[in-house]
Amino acid sequence: MDKLTTVDGRAYPFGMKNVDTDIVIPAHWLKTISRNGLGKGAFEVLRKEPGNVFDDPEYAGSPILIAGDNFGCGSSREHAAWALGDLGIKVVIAPSFSDIFSGNAFKNGILTVVLPQDAVDRLLEVAKTDPIHVDLESQSVTTQFQDRFAFEIDPFRKHCLLGGLDEIGLTLDQSDVIDGYEARQAQDRPWIVPAAVA
Amino acid sequence: MVKSRTLYEKIWDAHVVERRPDGTCLIYIDRHLVHEVTSPQAFEGLRLAGRKVRRPDLTLAVPDHNLPTTPRRDADGHRIPIADPESAQQLAALERNAPEFGVRLIGDADLEQGIVHVVGPEQGFTLPGTTLVCGDSHTSSHGALGALAFGIGTSEVEHVLATQTLLLKQSKTMEVVVEGVLAPGVTPKDVALAICGTIGTAGGTGYVMEYRGSVFRDMSIEGRLTVANMSIEAGARSGLFAPDEKTFAYIEGRPMAPKGADFDAAVAYWRTLVTDEGAVFDKTVVIDAADIVPNVTWGTSPEDVVAVTGVVPDPQSFADPSKQAAAQKSLDYMGLVAGQKMADVAIEHVFIGSCTNSRIEDLRAAASLLKGRHVAAGIKHAMVVPGSGLVKQQAESEGLDRIFLDAGFEWREPGCSACLGMNPDKVPAGERCASTSNRNFMGRQGPGSRTHLVSPEMAAAAAITGRLTDVRELLNKKEGVVA
Repeated sequence: MDKLTTVDGRAYPFGMKNVDTDIVIPAHWLKTISRNGLGKGAFEVLRKEPGNVFDDPEYAGSPILIAGDNFGCGSSREHAAWALGDLGIKVVIAPSFSDIFSGNAFKNGILTVVLPQDAVDRLLEVAKTDPIHVDLESQSVTTQFQDRFAFEIDPFRKHCLLGGLDEIGLTLDQSDVIDGYEARQAQDRPWIVPAAVA
Repeated sequence: MVKSRTLYEKIWDAHVVERRPDGTCLIYIDRHLVHEVTSPQAFEGLRLAGRKVRRPDLTLAVPDHNLPTTPRRDADGHRIPIADPESAQQLAALERNAPEFGVRLIGDADLEQGIVHVVGPEQGFTLPGTTLVCGDSHTSSHGALGALAFGIGTSEVEHVLATQTLLLKQSKTMEVVVEGVLAPGVTPKDVALAICGTIGTAGGTGYVMEYRGSVFRDMSIEGRLTVANMSIEAGARSGLFAPDEKTFAYIEGRPMAPKGADFDAAVAYWRTLVTDEGAVFDKTVVIDAADIVPNVTWGTSPEDVVAVTGVVPDPQSFADPSKQAAAQKSLDYMGLVAGQKMADVAIEHVFIGSCTNSRIEDLRAAASLLKGRHVAAGIKHAMVVPGSGLVKQQAESEGLDRIFLDAGFEWREPGCSACLGMNPDKVPAGERCASTSNRNFMGRQGPGSRTHLVSPEMAAAAAITGRLTDVRELLNKKEGVVA
């Protein structure tokens, strides 16, 4: 996973509340075999509306998404995080997130930033014309207009995102412990390895 | 003194790689079954990160969900293309990923191909005391052999592929005790449905079940697979049977099982896998075998269970207002009215198959009723889908295929088939199916389909009469047959 330290750039001034994962990525996209390419299906229904922020050239390729309350509610599909990642989004800022979505986002290297509604409203305003700066190390969101909003994050998640460590990477860091288990098992229960089939 | 432990606790303890301060454990996974639907993104994740499968030798891949159950090769041995491009793509992905990562793949036209939960036990891949996972909730099936087996999501599939471990918190324990003897015509499926009906689909949430009591001890391995399979329908991710002589006999000689001295050493260990005297379960559920009858479902949840001799319940009879509303919604969807006799409900489709009931004993049981009989005029479509190529071959060697074909059933290639609407086998909207599968959710067998979950014997009985039928009526008509 890529390291995430600072993210600088334009943000989609989305702001919609209660965006469920069906809105992020509709069910018919679940038959895909890749987690890439789902960006095409991201917000598919909303993008049929003229003037939507996702197809506005002003915001094309923005690494930040600013949303409303309870972002990512509904189905647990991990495809929602994959779709946002594929769209190039690295940070989602909202007043609140569903637990499952923020867990899935984290597993896929996307930072979810919880800020009070008034801060989110201010950032939605700035985002229309100017870039936003997110600094994970100092846990702050700033603008060139002296705005500075601090946010909280679980220290373990922060550590993982800063180091580009995903859960698999972290477990792999403990390979020696797993090696040790396998060595003990090979001694105690050697028959555990399936018989080879010709 | 060593603390008394349940079977689950013994298997858990034997697989702790590392225990963390918050109670989370890194658990070693001995067996990983992979199919075409929940694995593509996991393999892709490995590829993007430049990672390998840690233990390809503990991993086995087989396609099942998407495969049509019509012939897969033409007379010249060439593949008959899958019409649905996305299904074809998922199959192609598995066929590319397995060899790339060194994982053994059982191919779509191999004799050993079948539903992943039929294949694992059949190949001797599933063993007592192992931890076994698969990206499918019916992985609980493998608990029939004493494996701690449960379904996982795609991220976890990738985690297991890369590390052969999972980060887990220990579950609570529940014993489900059924003592006594099952009456003629009452099958393991009826026991599973009785459990769902008794504790509800959330009753086992957060628990690992252990099936205890004489009914489960007396049950065949195939019957145990049916019961363990439906643990998840009662909310439990996993359900265990303590391995016994029947288990060892079932495993011995299977292709991937230990051989010779290894087998003896394994059996010696497996004999220790019983819940200790004095071990305490967090919860106990007791059902009297004498109270279990041939069951059917009336609604759209596996807990909506009623005796085939019973009537459609009145939604108002439920105490919980949310259950009242759900029951009414179910009846509207199912096209049933309160008070209607279940045995009066006419059906148009019969499906014998799925990871719940597609093994040789299931097919024998259905065939024994269908022999010399024919499906009723009102039946539009009846089919048997064996759980694997080996089950199919065995059935054919016993002449069961002829019995089914003569009775008016179709005899198909192995796969998940009409259990879920991911392949061409679907029940049309508004039509009713007596099905040996495990879920009667709205739209499960196809948009608008109406599912009644039953045992293989009850499915055969329904086919013969064209309505939901108490199998015991037909058993009594067969002179000299001891049910």
